[in-house]
Amino acid sequence: MPQREIAGTMIDFDDEGFMTDHTQWNEDIARVLAKEEGIEELTDRHMAVINFMRKEFEEKGTGPSIRRLTKESGVPTKELYQLFPKGPAKKAARIAGIKKPQGCV
Amino acid sequence: MPEPIEKVSIVISKGSLEGVYPGLIMANGARMEGIDAMLFFTFFGLDAITKKRMNNLKVATVGNPAMHMPSVIGMLPGMSAFATSMMKKEMEKLDIPPVDEFIEMIHDSGAGIYACKAAMDMFHLKREDLCDPVDGILTVGEFYEKSAGAQIIFT
Repeated sequence: MPQREIAGTMIDFDDEGFMTDHTQWNEDIARVLAKEEGIEELTDRHMAVINFMRKEFEEKGTGPSIRRLTKESGVPTKELYQLFPKGPAKKAARIAGIKKPQGCV
Repeated sequence: MPEPIEKVSIVISKGSLEGVYPGLIMANGARMEGIDAMLFFTFFGLDAITKKRMNNLKVATVGNPAMHMPSVIGMLPGMSAFATSMMKKEMEKLDIPPVDEFIEMIHDSGAGIYACKAAMDMFHLKREDLCDPVDGILTVGEFYEKSAGAQIIFT
């Protein structure tokens, strides 16, 4: 799926459904991507995770490890898995409009 | 398309640093992918969930050809401690947590943490010797019951 229109904008994706240009992202796009992942409503807690992932990505070029994410976003591990039940690493990265995380932990 | 893996049951049977971490990383990685996971600690693997031992696991420097040095050097005093501290430093760089923190993190991710009853009896260990995140002590039979539908990985 190279390109499709979301919330009125043409967005570039890689073959696995991750946005290839994180600058195209906005919260409306995040809401649509979240629905595709089965998350009906993005709460402030979801956004805390997503914003931290984006910040890390902008600074380091890759998403954070789960350990950094939980320690520094203020969202503990248990809650993280409740917010993104089917795998926080990939789901949150996809909704945050960043590339697929490369780390193993 | 082959069926995706939905559940893994990982057995940790060794008590060296390099014997324990792969299983922990695989269990944590499974949860990160939304795969159900459980960990079963048996034999020397129990050290990884035994309160007074879990943060003192050592790299085995003897009888391990991949250490790339003769075993007689590995036998020298301090070699194992040296190799262990080197490896811990490298792991910290990769954001791999110390054992106690990692076990808690894996438990918080929703994975079950279990000890093997036979090994507990053999080493005269009691529940209170084990760290808090341990969900229970299982017989082999109960381990298989809980592993229904899972891929079993022995390490």
